[in-house]
Amino acid sequence: MAIKIGIPRALWFFDYYPLWKTFYEELGAEVILSDPTNKETLDLGVKNTVDEACLPVKIFHGHVLNLKDRVDVIFIPKVMSVYENEYICPKFCGLPEMVNHSIPGLPQIIDTEINFNRSRKSLKWTIYQFGRVITKNPIKIWNAYKKALEVYNQYREKIMDGNFPLDGEINEVLTQKNIKQKKNIKVALLGHSYNIFDSYGSMNLIQKLLDQHIEVIVPEMMDFEEINHNVGQLEKKMFWSFGRKILGTAMHIAEKNEVDGVIYLSSFGCGIDSIIEDLSERKTRKSAEIPYLLITVDEHTGEAGVNTRLEAFLDMIEWRKRDENNLSAHG
Amino acid sequence: MKITFPHMGNQYIGTKVLLEELGLDVIVPDACSKETLNIGTKHSPESICLPLKINIGNFIESIRKGADTIIMIGSCGPCRFGYYSILQKEILKEIGEQVNIYLLDAPQGDYKKFFSGIFELANTKNPFKIIKALYRAVRILYQIDDLEKIAYYKRPRQKEIGAVDFYYEQLHKDIRNVYGYKAISKLIKQAKKNILSVEEDPDKEVIKVGLIGEIYTIIEPSVNLHMEKRLGEMGVEIHKSLSLSKWVTEHLILHPLKLTREKKVWKAAKPYLKTMIGGHARETVGYGVLYAEQGFDGLIQVYPFTCMPEIVAQSIMPRIEKEYDIPYLCLIVDEMTGEAGFNTRLEAFVDLLVKRKEQKTSEELLLRY
Repeated sequence: MAIKIGIPRALWFFDYYPLWKTFYEELGAEVILSDPTNKETLDLGVKNTVDEACLPVKIFHGHVLNLKDRVDVIFIPKVMSVYENEYICPKFCGLPEMVNHSIPGLPQIIDTEINFNRSRKSLKWTIYQFGRVITKNPIKIWNAYKKALEVYNQYREKIMDGNFPLDGEINEVLTQKNIKQKKNIKVALLGHSYNIFDSYGSMNLIQKLLDQHIEVIVPEMMDFEEINHNVGQLEKKMFWSFGRKILGTAMHIAEKNEVDGVIYLSSFGCGIDSIIEDLSERKTRKSAEIPYLLITVDEHTGEAGVNTRLEAFLDMIEWRKRDENNLSAHG
Repeated sequence: MKITFPHMGNQYIGTKVLLEELGLDVIVPDACSKETLNIGTKHSPESICLPLKINIGNFIESIRKGADTIIMIGSCGPCRFGYYSILQKEILKEIGEQVNIYLLDAPQGDYKKFFSGIFELANTKNPFKIIKALYRAVRILYQIDDLEKIAYYKRPRQKEIGAVDFYYEQLHKDIRNVYGYKAISKLIKQAKKNILSVEEDPDKEVIKVGLIGEIYTIIEPSVNLHMEKRLGEMGVEIHKSLSLSKWVTEHLILHPLKLTREKKVWKAAKPYLKTMIGGHARETVGYGVLYAEQGFDGLIQVYPFTCMPEIVAQSIMPRIEKEYDIPYLCLIVDEMTGEAGFNTRLEAFVDLLVKRKEQKTSEELLLRY
């Protein structure tokens, strides 16, 4: 019987899951995803995580608990760094340990370290480590990786094309091109991919915007080179990969000035956001005079309050448009 | 050029010596107070961690006293301390303060720029002069850390409560009024002598607690609400996992040579936390284990609210608490921390430790007969 590998539908899932899923399926394993985030996942996560952790990490714990009893192996890689001289948030670096010490009785964990901080030389070795759980044959593993990379690139292209991987699944019907933009309003939604693409965690923010016939762009749709070029102008190298993506997008928006508003979705207690959000706000709202809305979510957030703020923000954008930008950007 | 810098415990003594030995004009920021924090909180992003807020408060207070140049150090991730300097520049620019910020950052390959920055700041190109000043500054840090250790030992044992802190506080007041290495060193020696001569109460039961967590909150007494003094007066001898002299040796001297003295700590942390994850999480876990092995009575972890590496450590600590059977208390500080609540928790924890110790000794006595 095929070995069952569980992938939690949280955190880096939204960035990489086609890669991992195809990789393990090519190797002959059965890949089981946890259910999309719901109230139960959140409650379980909140109960089993330290109070201080941020919402996405709590949700992640919930997803692990969701998978715990139905898989043989849980996939929680130790993602330290994916690009040279860059890191992911410290909580990501210590995630396997955090989960392991918070949830008792877990099945085997794949906690291979991904660390390309110094160089990518260790790439092949890292891939082999990931595949070793299923097979010891390096050629088979390498072929599976190549196939997985192909699927991953397709996934990336689809997102660049204007699709949203809500809860990890790309809904072709939901493509922006299929929706008529009546109002001709374009909003940039900034934030970590695991916040904005998690429907429950983000309280359907993307869906709400699309329902209003508003064109939405997210950092994942930006050109990689352009982001790097923008961030290269910073005085100090931005050493968080997520931060670089978001800040690069914010700088692009500020420079081009072609969106009508910026919404930043942050999770309470996020260390990276505390800096990136502030810098993004300085670049977009203060320097470029673009309306800016910050939504901070945690496990207590009430949806009604978010709805009200969102509506008010969108109304303001409309008025600004009508009154030829004579309204202040300070909402 | 009047130079100032942010506070971090006794670091100001070392930095003062360093700059004064180079013959520069120094403005030592006022000791951190409620007002410092209020100023900082007003101008900083809401969810940033506490040290940045204090730093901003220090800067603004010093600027009011006439400082026009700020020295700040940096790192390159993954802890957000690495991006402090950029944010601080933005904040100071926004409130319209005209200051120069010198960023002493780990040179990422660009050594030329790094050294030219140092030469410009030091106002000399003589490397021996710089090294000599640096050497003296590090020596002062060792001296003051040595004094701290004596104070940790003496505080719970002093016969008259407050005797140690009388000399200790006097020292800090005096240091601000003297100039250069020799005078400060002399003051520290005098204080050491005075504190050593404080009368001890031989009947006092002393319990030992290891203080672990984020370096800034461990070292800076105004942030952890003068915990070492509070604990000392409750009869607790503390041991801190991190100190400035250690930090300086580790990061300025050993790290560039790819050496470390923390191997033992990392090994102790390995079963719980395999790699470094930024900040001092690995040290927190490692020292937690080491203290437990050394037979400490309890562990206290302190960190600023939303500190990312320490949250990971916090989720690991209960496992250590269980496996080593050592009580553990986690205290999180931010600008809202109330003194009364803090005190209550500390007192309750210390009471628990005392009871446990009594129980242990009486059990041993019972077993013996």
